[in-house]
This record gives sequence, structure tokens and C-alpha cells, in this order.
Amino acid sequence: MSGRMIADKVVKYILFASAIISIIIVLAIGFFIFRESIDAWTEIGVSEMLFKTVWRPGIDQYGILAMIAGSLSVTFGAILLGVPLALGCAIFLAEIAPEGVQAVVRPAVQLLAGIPSVVYGLFGMVILVPLIRNINVPGNSGYGLLAASIVLAVMILPTIASIAEDAIRAVPENYRHGSLALGATKWQTITKVIIPAGKSGIIAAVILGVGRALGETMAMIMVIGNSAIMPRPLSSNPLTFFLSQARTLTGNIAVEINYATGIHESALFATGVVLFGLIIVVNASARRIIRSQKYVEKAN
Amino acid sequence: MDERSSEIALIHKAQAQNLKKEQRRQSFWVALMWLFGLITVSILILVVGYVLLKGGSSINWEFLTTPPKGGLSGEGGISTTIGTTFYLVGLTLLIATPLGIGAAMFLIEYAGEQSLGSKFLRSMISVANFAVETLAGIPSIIFGLFGYALFVSTLKFGFSLLSAALAGACLVLPTIIRTTEEALLAVPDDYRRGSLALGATKWQTIYRVVLPASTPGIITGIILSVGRVISETAIFYVTLGGSYHMPTSIMDSGRTLALHLYYLAMDTRAFDKAMGTGAILVVMIILINLLIDFVSRKLTAGVRKVQ
Repeated sequence: MSGRMIADKVVKYILFASAIISIIIVLAIGFFIFRESIDAWTEIGVSEMLFKTVWRPGIDQYGILAMIAGSLSVTFGAILLGVPLALGCAIFLAEIAPEGVQAVVRPAVQLLAGIPSVVYGLFGMVILVPLIRNINVPGNSGYGLLAASIVLAVMILPTIASIAEDAIRAVPENYRHGSLALGATKWQTITKVIIPAGKSGIIAAVILGVGRALGETMAMIMVIGNSAIMPRPLSSNPLTFFLSQARTLTGNIAVEINYATGIHESALFATGVVLFGLIIVVNASARRIIRSQKYVEKAN
Repeated sequence: MDERSSEIALIHKAQAQNLKKEQRRQSFWVALMWLFGLITVSILILVVGYVLLKGGSSINWEFLTTPPKGGLSGEGGISTTIGTTFYLVGLTLLIATPLGIGAAMFLIEYAGEQSLGSKFLRSMISVANFAVETLAGIPSIIFGLFGYALFVSTLKFGFSLLSAALAGACLVLPTIIRTTEEALLAVPDDYRRGSLALGATKWQTIYRVVLPASTPGIITGIILSVGRVISETAIFYVTLGGSYHMPTSIMDSGRTLALHLYYLAMDTRAFDKAMGTGAILVVMIILINLLIDFVSRKLTAGVRKVQ
């Protein structure tokens, strides 16, 4: 066998090795985070951790339900604010905007995606928090779910908008022609034909947005207040729920990991396991939906 | 006769009314979509404009060239954090780039090979694709937690550039793999067949023909990764330590620009300096976006030439 043939074989195995590194990394992430959390699960107890709301490492209380509630609440708020805007933006880019306008809006969306988390956090601290502090409710510090939801809505906007735009663009051109030929207006075509046809992709875009929202860390720490308490309305008006401070799962890890030791550290890894599990489930369901979309297109 | 024509006239009238109603509805919704597009651009202008204007005023030559004073004062400049950022970017990409390009080459160039008939290899490839997708969705803080457990504690690299770069490499790996895969897929198969027909081996074909043709796409992936390392914070918050001194070796602790911004805003409440740091970050990200735009335009120009 000549030298170049041997080189050919050797290279193939080297490339194969780099290809399976991703597998090794995923497994290693799961393994190490879980291994470090075992002490917490066994010593504190699974139900004690998952269903207790008191997190006070000083007196060995490690319930993370408040943080689960915090993460879910702020994600809900971000979805409520961000999804209509993101989907509107996607429809605008894919179906309505003339090319010259697209050439401005699309790079803008890309740039929004690139701006660092801490810059959004800082913007929230300097602009949003003082504004929200003006709402006259006792106990309102400005930091809390509302500020965090607004910041997070902007941060997930580019993810949702660009994936949803792709989904809308993937709807075959015949659908549009057919609908318009039947006398439908452009808007009727969009709402009655294109959006239903691209539904799976659009839903997947929203779910991937949820995944991003759950994982966001620094910007959340900067504006949510970080009190490890169950978010609750500050007054009899239920809307003041969003003025409540909270702490996210991600924030819990980042704020305390640098000085935690022993069972406290293990409990933070357990927080990571819960977060990791949530994200895997969310992303896997988005992927499933995207796959089902491909199948439908083939059937057509 | 009269009756029929009046009936038809009625129908026409109803149709015209219906059309008018639909058109009115359409103009309302289309206007709303324009508004959404406008809001998105305004958000960007608001955030970027505010940070640049507010931060710009605290940027001067001294700010850029003096190290932070440390402590709780928030005094000093950002020189060492700029240095650390570039140091970390370089180290992370040094680890991630060869791995990412190699993985993408295998997944695209070898996955369809006949000799890979073995069930084991085939399933490995589909598992690898699944793993890349999974990695792409894992949040920064989880990579950080992993880096902390494995590199900082278990391997005893401590809070250091090395720990941070290894964790960072895991974070940017899916980006490099995906963009390289796309770039490889865009190379026409004729190139490969032509080269193989001339007697080149598979690797010679990849190295001499496919790789040069896909370079702009691969570079795009690398630039994207540079942007991610510059802007990610959570992962480095738990692996890099946060020392404001200039690291002299890969075992030293440090802080990137983004981390410095966080410390300034949260620990010292030095919002002016934080804004200045934010402005530098935003300028870097804008430059990176322009660069990507430029490279991908080159890429499409190249493809057009081929066709």
C-alpha cells in the first residue's frame, strides 16, 4: 500500500474520532453534572428538593420549587410578550416586506441575536428597572418578573422570528398561487393557507424560544432580583405578580456556585440536573415537531 | 329577464362588499405586521443606540489602555479584559476549530460511503448528528457547570483560561460543525468525482479540492464562534475565576469584557464604566456581523461563478 493510501486510512479514523467527540461531550456533561448531584438527591431527598419552596443553604434547606416557579414564570412572561412580536416579524419578513425593507429588518434581527446577554441585562438595570420602580405598589423594587420578562422577550425574539420565517418560507409556492387564484386576498392566503401549512415549524420555533428562555442566565440575574422566594402578587391585584422578585434555576447556579461547598454545591448541581432535563425535553419535542413537518411535506 | 339581472346585480354588489371588507381587514393586518417589523428595528436602535451613546462618553484612550484598579471602586480602564478576551477567543478556537471541521468532514464526506456498511458506524453517525443537535440547545450555564465539575475540580485546572477555553470549545463546537457541514454540502459533487477520477485518494480530494472550495463557509463558522466567546458570560463566570489581572499563562484566572461588565454593574454599581464596556462589546459584535455578511457574500459570489 502506498504512503498516500495509508494516509487516507489514518485520516479517516482521525476524522471519525472527532465526529464522535460530540457524543462524548454530551455524555460527559450528563455524567458529571449528575455525579456531582448524587449527594444532594440522596441526603436531602428527591421530593424534599423538588417540592419544597425554602432555599436557605445556611440552615440546610434546599428546596428548588421556588426557582422552578421563577424560571417558568419569567419564561411565560417572555413568551406572552415576545411570541406575537416575533411571529409578526416572521410573517412580515417572509410574506409582506419588500426586499429593500427585508435588507434592513433581517440584519437587525441577526444583530439582536448577537448582542451579549450582559448588555441586555445592563440595559434592563439602567432603563427598565427605574421605570418599573415608578409603579406605585408597596414592595415593588423595580427588579422582578416584569423587567426580566421584557428583557427575555427581546432576547428570544430573534430565535423565534428567524426559525418561524424559515418555516413560512418553506411552504411551497403552489399553495400561495392556488389560494390567490381562488380569489383569496393576500392576508386570507397568509392566515388560512400559509400559517396552517407551516404550523409545525412555527410551533417548533416557539418551543425552541422556550428552551432559550429557560437557559438564559446573566441577564436574568441582573434584573430579576434573585430572591429565592415563590413569586407572588404584591397586593390584592393579581397583576402585581409580575412585580414580584424571583430567582431562576440558572441564576441559582451562577450566583452561588463560586463559593458553595459540600452538600450546598451538590444541591446546585441538582439544580443543573433539573434545568438540563427541562431543556432536553423542550428541545427534543421541538425536534419531533420539525420532523413531523418534513413528513407532511413529503406526503404532499 | 329583469328579475335575473337584478339578482345578479345583487350578488355582484354583495361580492364587491365582501371584497371591500376583506381588503380593509387586510390593510389593517398588513399595517400591523409593518408595525411589528418597525418595533423590532426600533428595539435594536434603542438598545444599541443607548449603549453606544451612553457608553461612548466614557470611552477614551486611557479607558482602553489602563488596567482595572480592582476592589469595589470600579475605577480604572479595561485593557487587561480586552487582552483576556482575545486570549480566550484564541485558545478556545484553537481547540474547537480542528475538532469541529474534522467532525463535519466525517459526517458529510464519509457518511455516505459504501465501506461504511457496518451497522455500528452507521448508528454512530446518526447518534453523532443527534449529539450535535443536543449540544446546540444546551444553555451556557450548563456548559459552565460541566466545565467547573470536570476541568476546574476533577482535573484540577482550577479557575483558569484553560478550563474556560475547554468548556468554551464544547459550547462553540456545534456552531463550527453545522456551518462547516453546510459549506461542504454546497461544494458540487462534480468536484469530488473529477478529483477522484484523476486518481486522487479520498483525503487528497477533501484536502486539495473540497476544503478550498468551502473555505468561506468554514470561516463564517469560525467568526460566529468568535462572537459567541466574546458575548457568552455565564459559562466563563463559573470557570474563568474573574481576576482582573492580565493572565500570563493558560493556568491563570482572568475576566473577559462581558464578565467585567457584569462585575462592574452588579458588584460595584459603576454603571458608566459598565456602559463603556458594553459599548465596546456592541461595536465588536457589529463588526463581527459585518464581517460575516462580507464573507458570506463572497461565498455566494463564488458559487455563482461555479454555476
